[in-house]
Amino acid sequence: MNCAQLPDVDLAALYRDSGIGDVLAELDRDLVGLAPVKTRIREVAAHLLVERARDSLGLAGGAPTLHMCFSGNPGTGKTTVALRMAEVLHRLGYVRRNHLVSVTRDDLVGQYIGHTAPKTREVLKRAMGGVLFIDEAYYLYRPENERDYGQEAIEILLQTMENQRDDLVVILAGYAARMEVFFESNPGFRSRIAHHITFPDYDGGELLDIAERMLATMHYRFDADSRRAFADYLALRSRQPNFANARSVRNALDRSRLRQANRLFATAMQGGAPIDAAALTLIAAADVRASRVFAEPLAASNGIPASSHATRAALAPPG
Amino acid sequence: MRITQGTFSFLPELTDEEISLQIDYALSQGWACSVEFTDDPHPRNTYWEMWGLPMFDLHDAAGVLQEVKACRVARPQHYIKINAFDSVRGFETMRLSFIVNRPDDEPGFRLTRQDGPGRVQRYGLSSYAGDRPSGERYAPAR
Repeated sequence: MNCAQLPDVDLAALYRDSGIGDVLAELDRDLVGLAPVKTRIREVAAHLLVERARDSLGLAGGAPTLHMCFSGNPGTGKTTVALRMAEVLHRLGYVRRNHLVSVTRDDLVGQYIGHTAPKTREVLKRAMGGVLFIDEAYYLYRPENERDYGQEAIEILLQTMENQRDDLVVILAGYAARMEVFFESNPGFRSRIAHHITFPDYDGGELLDIAERMLATMHYRFDADSRRAFADYLALRSRQPNFANARSVRNALDRSRLRQANRLFATAMQGGAPIDAAALTLIAAADVRASRVFAEPLAASNGIPASSHATRAALAPPG
Repeated sequence: MRITQGTFSFLPELTDEEISLQIDYALSQGWACSVEFTDDPHPRNTYWEMWGLPMFDLHDAAGVLQEVKACRVARPQHYIKINAFDSVRGFETMRLSFIVNRPDDEPGFRLTRQDGPGRVQRYGLSSYAGDRPSGERYAPAR
């Protein structure tokens, strides 16, 4: 083929017409941090655009595989991004439908011989044309039980991922270390997944940003004091075990809301003034600082006295 | 003789793209699709055999088409049809049904006459293919 005879393509015009810019801007706006994820989505978008331009000149290269694996620590936004992925891929014109089927091991693996294959096929059929999201994918494979039916589900999945790439995008998600083990025992899976995306932990500033956004959606707010208190809280909490990034932030906020309600209620019972909207929406510094995290020995240097919470904290996970 | 049952049966054979467009229409109406096959083409034969279970909760034609293709591989010389079932109360029945596969050679039907009491003539249809046992009607038994 003589490339010199083909007409030119205006990639910038294609970009404007496709509305991809809006999709990317929206992602940037809605998701805090997650630079590697956004970079990869941008790459995919660019690639799909270039592929469309090549198509219009008859330089077909075949659709790229977009099966993905999201790995990262708890609470780093794997599920949130996966849920948005169907919409993004749909608007980029890669999948036909904006729908996502979210499954776990229970939905794929059967309970007796001959139950697994129809069950897995049915789930795959339901996901056709959109995105199949398998959360905690490493549970599919149970190395300790060699008669486990998970293996059968994996084989059917792999077959469909290979043969019906145009109809289905599969996204696996799970914690990094366990996904690594999963891929080691299923090498076929690793090679069929083109995009391995690692979700980094959030830093303190990003977590605070996430907290503010969560509060805004729930119609609460911080003032300057409580924002500082929450930043202190995050600094302490992130050094403790079982810290789950955004999920811990959400839990901490939920507990702060409980304490705020309790405080307002107690004030009112003691004959306080009627409360206005500003008081109802404000999470005060005291609501945050009442957390057990501040009461632990680690926080003793902060000048906040350890309370009776300390005994409970020893029994329960830190909150 | 080409049998004409169900929707689109007077049209030329639908291609797979056209079939998936029809399935997409059915799914967009909220109808559940299923695949059935038979080798008894008699018009009064309403009980075709099911190829798998009806497929609920589908959003895209690819899943149904996958079953049609699997059925064609297993039963290349059978009639295969797609049914679309509407579960809305008041309908609760097939809203759309069309043939997506047929045998290469369809020998057609013979008219049978039966003498009833008082010189009454009763007429019936029987297919030439139906003379042979099920499974051998359109292709030699394998």
